[in-house]
Amino acid sequence: MPTPEALNSETLKEAERLMTICNACRYCESFCAVFPAMERRTVFAGGDLNFLANLCHGCQGCHTACQYAPPHEFAVNVPRTFAALRAQSYAGNAWPDVLGRLFKWNGLAVSLAMALALAAVLLLTFGLQDPSIIFGTHAGEGAFYRVIPYAAMVWPFGLVFAFALFAMIMGGARYWRATTPEFHGKLSARAVLAGVRDVLTLKNLGGGGGGCNYPGEHFSTARRIYHHFTFYGFLLCFAATSAATLYHHMFGWVAPYEFTSLPVLLGTAGGIGLLIGPAGLLWLKVRADPAPQLRELLGMDVAFLVLLFAVAFTGLALLAVRETPAMGLTLIVHLGFVLALFATLPYGKMVHGVYRFLALVQDAGERYSGSRTQ
Amino acid sequence: MQASVLKQVDVLVIGAGHAALCAAITARRHGASVLVLECAPRELRGGNSRHTRNIRCAHKAATDYVTGPYTGEEYWDDLLKVTAGRTNEALARMVIERSGGVIDWMMRQGVRFQPALSGTLGLSRTNAFFFGGGKTMMNALFHRAETLGVDILYDAQVTALEIAGGRCTGVSVSVEGEMHLISAPAIVVAAGGFEANIDWLKEGWGEAAENFLIRGTPYNTGGLLRILLDHGARPVGDADQCHAVPIDARSPKFDGGIATRVDCVTYSIMVNARAQRFYDEGEDIWPKRYAIWGRLVARQPGQIAYAIIDAKSQGLFMPTLYPAIEADSIRELAAKLELDADALEATVDAFNAAVQPGDFDAARLDGCHTRGIDPPKTNWARRLDTPPYCGYPLRPGITFTYLGVEVDERARVLFGAQKAPAGNVFAAGEIMAGNILGQGYVGGFGLLVGNVFGRIAGEEAARHAHA
Repeated sequence: MPTPEALNSETLKEAERLMTICNACRYCESFCAVFPAMERRTVFAGGDLNFLANLCHGCQGCHTACQYAPPHEFAVNVPRTFAALRAQSYAGNAWPDVLGRLFKWNGLAVSLAMALALAAVLLLTFGLQDPSIIFGTHAGEGAFYRVIPYAAMVWPFGLVFAFALFAMIMGGARYWRATTPEFHGKLSARAVLAGVRDVLTLKNLGGGGGGCNYPGEHFSTARRIYHHFTFYGFLLCFAATSAATLYHHMFGWVAPYEFTSLPVLLGTAGGIGLLIGPAGLLWLKVRADPAPQLRELLGMDVAFLVLLFAVAFTGLALLAVRETPAMGLTLIVHLGFVLALFATLPYGKMVHGVYRFLALVQDAGERYSGSRTQ
Repeated sequence: MQASVLKQVDVLVIGAGHAALCAAITARRHGASVLVLECAPRELRGGNSRHTRNIRCAHKAATDYVTGPYTGEEYWDDLLKVTAGRTNEALARMVIERSGGVIDWMMRQGVRFQPALSGTLGLSRTNAFFFGGGKTMMNALFHRAETLGVDILYDAQVTALEIAGGRCTGVSVSVEGEMHLISAPAIVVAAGGFEANIDWLKEGWGEAAENFLIRGTPYNTGGLLRILLDHGARPVGDADQCHAVPIDARSPKFDGGIATRVDCVTYSIMVNARAQRFYDEGEDIWPKRYAIWGRLVARQPGQIAYAIIDAKSQGLFMPTLYPAIEADSIRELAAKLELDADALEATVDAFNAAVQPGDFDAARLDGCHTRGIDPPKTNWARRLDTPPYCGYPLRPGITFTYLGVEVDERARVLFGAQKAPAGNVFAAGEIMAGNILGQGYVGGFGLLVGNVFGRIAGEEAARHAHA
């Protein structure tokens, strides 16, 4: 397969130039999976570079270690170049095509989505519901649904989420088709398991034990830790929602649930994770050395982190005020952010998880088949 | 932080490579206040240590970082072999003896090591490899030094030392175009060799030095070495030689580092600008002959040579920084390399005719040889007959110089015919490595000398400053 069209030929040329230098040097081979994967290759076609770029976790270890970093005339900056390729692959793999443009001004796009979603939930609720109910105090079973009826909540959100999921799967399939012609190994259950393990442990942000050179020159595990807070916070929130769905449909128990119930416990823990994680990642991002980063991606990263934080914050606030007159408005705002999150999942930072996972699977597949092209 | 740190300190360290920082950290740990003067900007700090990758220490058994034992005796034998006796045995044995604790010491400073993987030139038993390479190692030492309170001033060029009666009483430093005169009770000079000083290289090599490429930092111009020698410090080491390896002729003039190497010589025929072979390419396995080929190329007209292989040898060696120059025929290749086509064809024909049958094996001395040509190729000789043919232009890449100042076992610089030890001037690193490595090379030894003597110099300087 030729060069994936979505990838800019100038960026590909630069990435190829860098990989040629790195492959002749190899000092960075113990940092992460990227360099051993590079060493399995002697030529770097579009699919190879797409794969390597998405395998890169942006830890900046190699940049801090690089004897050829600017002001050296080789001007090697692998993290920034790979970030540019990743951005292009996110836009190019997006389904449907036209929405790939949302990656162009992603910070703006996600911010607009937040505003629109908030406005939509707000206007619809106020348009269809009596203000005395919205600002009333509701307690006991079905309190939330007195403000927004169950069906009005589940159907739109369910459909948006299902679409997001489908769009991400389509994007993943496109990515896989674009990179596998240069797959120097084979897919196996073991490789998939290894990919899952690498995602769950973030081994590649470990820098062989000391962490990564992020935000600064010194090794730090801060990013890995905050990402874990974010990732597991997200998973716990997802688990909370799943538990609530089971409660509702299997047992006929209707929200809100007790503080000690499974959905509330999971959601509270997840919500706290989603406060700490994104806040920490944002804090690191503000302090990070700009040299190895791609400025154009800042908007996408920040918008996603802010959105996650907002979802968690309003969710926890809802828990705090659910038996007061503020519940209605808090619920509306929370649902607005959740809707924005769902709607932008396939068109924002979230997609990095899809492609990173697939790249890790491919990497494991190559390692296990012991292939070496040279 | 700029010139404001040019205050009175106990120990002044000139240079900021591995030896310098070993000295600075050790002096600070012994209670001295320390200022490091680095002539490079921060981004290019660390001298040639930035380009290093491993250090050679003696060890009784395999560890996490080395694959087998390497005794002090074997180490000494290796050193004796490469230097052909041009070594100060007392100092050399001291360095080897102290090498046992070096890895632990480095790890305590925050340096990390990795298991040897690939591209290691078969050094995995003897040498421990830095996680992330030399710059990461240096970043760790800089971080440790800063944490301990060592001041580091970048873009600070030492232009003169006032030395009288073996004591340094003043140091002239140029910082951002302004001259400052400072002094310290003790100074450690760890400012490297002179390999980036082409004019100085010409003293040994003549105009040929114009065509040399310098693999390391452009800042090693030997300023401090010259100053010390002019003040009567005793020279040591091979004055007009340098360590040189063949690197791609398309590499930058300075700072190309490891990536510019071309490891295909043993599988090639090497021809000069007249398309003539000039040395047995298959004499020994590559790492052992890596360092002689720089000099061999330096002696050829125009200081250039061409490694020529055919398709059979592709992939047998490390990927190269620059692509091979390819052609479907020897004549076409000659044109692309700007060599005389008839001459190259004649050389290749003569070589091909001389190749004897044998079983090629890249992994060992396979005995595949030529008969009836001079020079012969004694191993890995295979006919060049499978297009595409590939050529790599090669020039001498200078790694380091041997000339240094003589020191005693306390790292004190020795002055004059009486070998009088300096009162307060200590030296460490490449500037004194010639005491022990008078010629030749053994991988990862330079850093070891820098570590051992850096720490001795730091300790002695701190003690002296407090005395």
